[in-house]
Parts: sequence; C-alpha cells; structure tokens
Amino acid sequence: MEILVCVRRVPDTSENEIELNSAGNDIERDELVYSINEWDNYAVEEALQIVSRVGGKVTVVTVGDDEDEEILRRQMAMGATHGVLLSDHLFAGSDGRGIAAILKAFIQKGNYELILTGVQAEDGAAQVGGMLAAMLDYPFASLVNSIEILDGKTLRITREIEGGNKELNEIDLPCVLSIQTGINEPRYVGMRGIRQVASVPIPTFGAPDLGVNPEIVGPLAAKIRRVDYFLPAAGRGAEMLYGKPEEIADKVVELVRTKGGLS
Amino acid sequence: MEIQSPAQASYWIVSGQSLFLVMHVLGLTCFAYIMYRRVVPLLRAQPDFRFDQPWIRLRRVAKYWLGQWRHPRYKGAGLLHILIFIGFIVLAGRAFSLLMIGASSGFAMPGFSGTLGHFYDIVRDYAATVVFICMIVAAVRRIVFKPARYAVPARLGRQRGQDAIFLLALIAILMLADSLFEGSKAAVQTQQGQASEFLAVFSLPWICEQALASFSLPLLSKLGLGAYFIHNLTFYFLLCYRPFGIQFHVETSLFSVYFAKLEREVLKPVRWGVHDEQLDQLKSIGVKTFEDFTWKHMLDFYSCADCGRCSDQCPSNAAGRPLSPRFLTTKARDYAFQHYPVFGKANNSSPLIGAIYSEDEIWSCTTCGACEQECPLLIEYIDKIVDLRRGLIDSGNVPQSLQKPLKALESRGNPYGKMEKKRSAWTKINGFQQSCPIKLLDGKQGADALYFVDSITSYDDRIQAIGHATARILTSVGESFGILGPAEKDSGHEVRRFGEEILFCALRAHNVEAIKASGVQRIVTSDPHAYNALKHDYKDIPPVEHISQLLARALNEGTLKLNHAETSDKVYTYHDPCYLGRHNQVYDDPRDVLDAIPGLKRVEMKRSRDRSFCCGGGGLMLFYEPKEEQRMGVLRVKMAAEAGANVIVTACPFCMVNIEDAIKVAGMEAKMAAIDLTELVDQHIVRQAPGGMEAQRELTEV
Repeated sequence: MEILVCVRRVPDTSENEIELNSAGNDIERDELVYSINEWDNYAVEEALQIVSRVGGKVTVVTVGDDEDEEILRRQMAMGATHGVLLSDHLFAGSDGRGIAAILKAFIQKGNYELILTGVQAEDGAAQVGGMLAAMLDYPFASLVNSIEILDGKTLRITREIEGGNKELNEIDLPCVLSIQTGINEPRYVGMRGIRQVASVPIPTFGAPDLGVNPEIVGPLAAKIRRVDYFLPAAGRGAEMLYGKPEEIADKVVELVRTKGGLS
Repeated sequence: MEIQSPAQASYWIVSGQSLFLVMHVLGLTCFAYIMYRRVVPLLRAQPDFRFDQPWIRLRRVAKYWLGQWRHPRYKGAGLLHILIFIGFIVLAGRAFSLLMIGASSGFAMPGFSGTLGHFYDIVRDYAATVVFICMIVAAVRRIVFKPARYAVPARLGRQRGQDAIFLLALIAILMLADSLFEGSKAAVQTQQGQASEFLAVFSLPWICEQALASFSLPLLSKLGLGAYFIHNLTFYFLLCYRPFGIQFHVETSLFSVYFAKLEREVLKPVRWGVHDEQLDQLKSIGVKTFEDFTWKHMLDFYSCADCGRCSDQCPSNAAGRPLSPRFLTTKARDYAFQHYPVFGKANNSSPLIGAIYSEDEIWSCTTCGACEQECPLLIEYIDKIVDLRRGLIDSGNVPQSLQKPLKALESRGNPYGKMEKKRSAWTKINGFQQSCPIKLLDGKQGADALYFVDSITSYDDRIQAIGHATARILTSVGESFGILGPAEKDSGHEVRRFGEEILFCALRAHNVEAIKASGVQRIVTSDPHAYNALKHDYKDIPPVEHISQLLARALNEGTLKLNHAETSDKVYTYHDPCYLGRHNQVYDDPRDVLDAIPGLKRVEMKRSRDRSFCCGGGGLMLFYEPKEEQRMGVLRVKMAAEAGANVIVTACPFCMVNIEDAIKVAGMEAKMAAIDLTELVDQHIVRQAPGGMEAQRELTEV
C-alpha cells in the first residue's frame, strides 16, 4: 500500500518555556527547540505498521523550508521510505486552506492510496486533514485510533468519540484519515538512525513543480489571520479540599463523578 | 591370591585392559565431540578482547579460582564449595592414575612412588572422604533446608533441585567406588597377611576396608573389580554429562575467570575493534540475537553454576521486577543448548527479546553491580544488559516513558527538557549568589577546580540544595572553583547505560570540549553518576574527585573542621551509592567524614559497603516506570530502620530522590529522614571568616 503521511515541525511543548514576544502576536522563537508534531509521529508509526503487515511504501511530506528537513530525516530514520519537502517562498504565510491546496497538488502527482495526517498540530488548528480530503474529493475520518485493512479497497477503522467511547467505521480507499495519539506506541529514533539517513537526498518541490496556482497560497490568499496571542486570564482560584486523606479522596471521587468523569 | 589389577582381570568375556581402553577412547571421544559442539556458538560470536595482561589475569585466577576468594561471602555454601573444590583438585591426580591402571596395570604417577606418594595417598583418602561428606551435606541442604535462592519461579519452568541431587549422587558414587576399590584391595592384603597399603584412619577407604575385612577373597576381588568398573563408568558419564548443565563450570570456570573483565567500571565498547565514529556504518548494533553476544559472554552462560547469589543480592529481583540475573544467564544457556544442540544442525538465530527475554526485564536493571560483586566466577551482567539495551534502542523498542527524556537530552542536554540557559539558575535562587557567589567558567573567569553539577542538581528543586551545600563547602575549604553553567550538558552516564551510545558520545564530546576550554586542573562533583562517567567513560580530562573524597582530604589536611552534632537523638546510617561504593570502592571517605562530626551516632546497615542495596537507580531510571511489587527504596528504608537508624545519609542526588520518596511511600516520615553528606557537613562545618576567625554560623539548614 502506498501511504502518504503529512507531517509538520512544531516547537516541542515539553522542552520549551513558551513565552509571548514583546509584540504579543507570536511566541518567542529564538531559543525554541523543534520536533515533529506529536500526532504526526503516531501517524507515521501507524503507516509503518500497516506497511509491515501488508507491504508497500511510506512517504512523509511537509510544507516548509530547509529547517524542516530535520523532521523528514527523523521520520526516515524511523522507517519511512521517502521524505519530500514542499518548499517555495510563495508558500510562506499560507493558512490551513493554502497548506491543504499545496498538499493536494503534490498528492495528485502521485499514486497514494492512503493519506494520513495528525488530528492536529500542537500550534495548529486541526483543519488541514479535512480540507485536504474535500479538495481531493476523498472520504475523510478524523480522530482515528485503529486501522484494519479489510481488502485492497476498504479499511475498518475506529474513531475516538466523546467520553472515551469508540465508533467502528468502514471507509473506502483512497481516503484521508487524521490520526489520534495513542493509536500505537511510536518507536524510538536514535541518533544513529538519523545519522544514517543524513545524506539521503530529499526531493524538494516548489510551486511551479507542483503546478500550484500562486494566487491560492501565501499570506494574501489566507482567509484566516492571527490577530493576537494571549494568556487566558487566571480563574478565581482552586477549590481546596480539607479533611483526612480518606475524606479528601471521597470528595475527589464525588467531584469527578458529578462532572461526568466517572460512569 | 592377590586382588587382580583391573587391566589383567577379565570382565565376562573381555579382558579388563581392552574394556577400559575402549572406555577411555569412547569417553574421551564423546567428550571432545561435545566440547567441539559447545565451542561452535563461541566461534560465531562477536569479538571480545581479553588477551592482554596475562600476569594480572593469572593472579586473578589464583585469587578467585584457585583461592575461591568470593565463596566465603556465603558462609555455609561457600565453605562446602571450597572443601569440594580442594577435594577435586587433590583428587585430580588420583583420578588420572586410577584411570590409567585400567589400561596399564603397573602405572604409577611419575615421582609419586616414594614418600611423596604415601603422603599424597593419605591426603587423597581424606579428600575423597571430605568430598563424599560434602555431597551428603549438600544433598541434605537441597532436600531438607531448601535455601530460598535456589527456587525457580513457576513461569520459568521446573525446579532444578533434582538435577542438583543427581549430580551430587554421581560425585558421591565416584568417591564411594574409588574408596571401595581401595578398601577391598587393602582388605585382601590384610587377609593374606601382606603388608597392606596404609589407608588414612577414618577415611572412606579405611572405613570400607574395615567393613569388608570379613568378606571372602573371591567376593572382595569381585567387589574391587566391580567398584573399579563403576568408578570409570561414572567418571566418563560425568565428564560427558557436565557440558549439559550447571556442572559445566567445572570445565569452563577457569577460563571464565582468566578472561574476566579487568576494568569492571569501564563499559564494553559497542563492538570491539570498531571506533565510535564508525558506529553509524554498522548494520546493527547491540545484542538482538544470541550470536550478537561476545564469545566471553557466551562462556559466562556456560560457566554459571546457578548458585543464585547474584539474584539473592539483586535489588530488582528483591523488588519483584521481572529481572533476575541468574535467569538472565540460565535462559541464555538453555537457549544455546537448544539452538546449538550436540546432535543435529545448529538453528539460526532468532530475536532474543520476545523469545527468552522481555523488554521490561532488560530495562529493569539499575546497573548497581550487586550481582557482579557477588558472582564467585566473575560473570559479567552489566555489559550484557547494556548490550541488550543497545539492541533495543537500535530497533526502536524504547518505552514511551524513556523516549521523552532521551529526546530532551538530545535537544537540550538534560532529560527534563529544560532550557540550557537555566542550567545555572540554581546558583541564583533565593539570593544564593549573595551569600555564596559561584564563578561561571565561561572563558572570562578561571578557577583551579570545576564543580561538575550535572542535570539533576542543576534543575531539580529539591536536589539544588545539594548543589548549594557543595558550593558552600567548597568555598569554606578555600577551593578555587567554578561551574560550566549553560556550557555543561548531562554527563550521559545513564544515557550510555541505557544503550544510547551515539547520544552519549555526542554529550561526552560536548562536555570534554567545555571542560578543556575552562582550563581547570581538577574536577569535583557531588554526583557519583557524573563521577563515574567522568572518571571512566571520559578520556583526556583533568582528574575527577567525588566531594566525599575531597572532604576526607580536607579533614586530614585540617582545612575542614566540624562542629559537634546538634542533637543526640539522631542515629545516622550511611547508604553507599552504587556508583561511589561498588563501582569505585569509595567506602571509607564518606564514613570518615561522618565520624569526624563529634558526637554523631552512626550505625551500619546489614547490607552496606560492597553489599549495599540500590535505592532504585539514577538518571534515566527515574523516568522509567518499572513493573514491580514494591520500590527498592522502600526496602532500603526498612533496612535502615532495622539497623536502628532514623537518618539515612547518602552521597548521591538520585539516592536522595529515591529514598525521600520511599520514606513517604512507606509512611515513615515521622521516624526516618534522609540527608545528603554535603548537607550534613554544611550544617556542621566550622566556617573560617576571611581573617581566619571562626565566624558565626548563619546559614539556614537545608
């Protein structure tokens, strides 16, 4: 099976102290460390597991610049067959729809049966997967947390729905799925693996190569603009529970139950 | 009538000589063939460089093999083994000459005909007796007392007691047959009024002679020849049976000890003969299949006597984690015997993880070294665990709990994912820099000594107090020192021991450069893990000391003076951190420092010094979520309480984390506390004011 996984490089939330810049319209990016978006990492792992069961190839693709090559190599070290960078100065500043349009152009040049994205990016808006499917006129399922290949044409998938329940679906190929974390346990990528793919050439495609109309990408085409970044105002404080440990435990259980956390 | 020599006698229709010649040839051929098959996997194994330093190695053979140095650590079993071992050594000559007379009746050991021969005969009579008695005692131990450490958990198959009893019985038969042969010969001589061979009084042959005194001559003759036959049969059966189980150590232990690792603290390279820079080019690294082990490690599998001492000391095993060093070895031996059978084709290798080992088992080890300290045969465990982890890392099988800290170490140089620039923030917390300014060795300032802080002391809220105490002490004793601050990265001690060699190499390269750039002449650290890494894993850097060593030196030189202990109701016990004690033999310095505090009451835990019990492991082990029945730290805290202590003194930041947690988990906050050696010294130090006057202690307790 030919699988394409759309990935993205994001500031690593576990290894950064995210601060707003002085203008207040972005985060301070000087000393950030980046890594692959966590959801995308699960998607790549899932693609690799599917390929190890039924055969095929996994391609990882990202829209970005030279610095984003880093995550493509990391995913290739993980086992992806190819990494592709979609890079053009025209692409910078695209909104989700613009990104989806670029990806669509790339996908139509290939022969991918299954396209995976993460449910969302850590700094994103969870919109590219759905829009990409619509542009391709492919079926789409979001929040997927298991995939079973039934035959060459159909997948059986489960989706996570509110309250921790699961829903079982069948979906026709080709399709786009957005992958939820927890679908698998992504493998570790060691430094050795990354070094081993350090000199593998990564093909780069720009707008002309893809046939992307410059008018539908970039900041001018973006219909969503970020206006502000802010920290939510602090709430009125926490509710303190007092009493013996057992009493506190009982109160906690009761609170969680009334809020619907326990059934 | 003289008792016939076995060579001249006839057994049924064949002459004794032919019979025993055939037996010799057959027995030795079988043995040679089995040994050849046992060597086959070793020839397919990875290289291991163990051929240097022959004199040191021979000295170790004299100490650990011939001298049975570690056996008395277990008094009962150890004494028994020493007796059996001496018996076997003594009886080796006897066995040879006894076998030879089957082929040539007049055989006598060269040089053993005169007084020496008589003396030897007496000694070996007693040796056989002692071995025989030992077999009975050992069997009684196995059958009646059943020491717990021999038990095999149900999930790992059947109990091995029967195998042991069978082996004991064979050896007992060997001793008895020899003695019967001797005794009957002497009885014949006595009955015929000849000068009988002198049999050592109360020895087994002597008892046999006494018992057989009234037997008829033909019966004695038959008995003697029969005993001789049984002796030879048992001898060759044993010889060919040994390479099938724990008894194989009789043959292999000498080689295991000779080739044992000389520098125990230094980890095995990923692959012998392959430089760090070439590791990227290897197809696979670490141990994934049996053939990825080195030949010495395979030899270790053969040599294990299944005595259970390693697992008896292993804290992972005690805490109920799925790791027991004993079974790590015996499972590999079983695997070797199964996949490299004596008859039939050697099966090609399959992955070990999933077949005989589980991932949890391999991650469970804290590399504390208790097993290696105990093994009488110097079998190595840490290198094998690390090699297996290298294999797991290489194939991406790393628990999610470890992936984040490893990734953070790669991008930020610490497992917490904290910013590099915050690495020296601990020096400025709560106005610390006013009371104790610390130099940042960033090229503008220099110092004689570098305080290598490492990640946990730099970033952990609680452990920063150890950094503060260390800095104050260093200042007090007049040390010119500084820190690397943001230029320091994690020492990588656990990164390496968790199998991520390439990441370790990167961290080391960075630190070595930073240390060299700082221009210091010495390094001091309050973290035994960093100490061990800098001392053994790093090369070409200034000498490194643990703070306890520096303190002991300062006491001797008189630059450190300590006030009287504040309260008398505190009873202290010192917990040896694995990487200070067992791995670096720093046992006395911290104790000397404690004892230099006048009025301080100190008791020893039963498990101390080289038998110290790991607190739960440091570095990345703090992130790992083991499957265990209880925490090692809880067991340790209970040991301290048992010793009558109410304060545990450690000299390691990770011990502090684990023990403080354990005190809470065990609900013992009211009766137990933990304190670092540096914190205790900091509380008691007599501070010299700049003018040399004794200054008032003004620092708050930590």
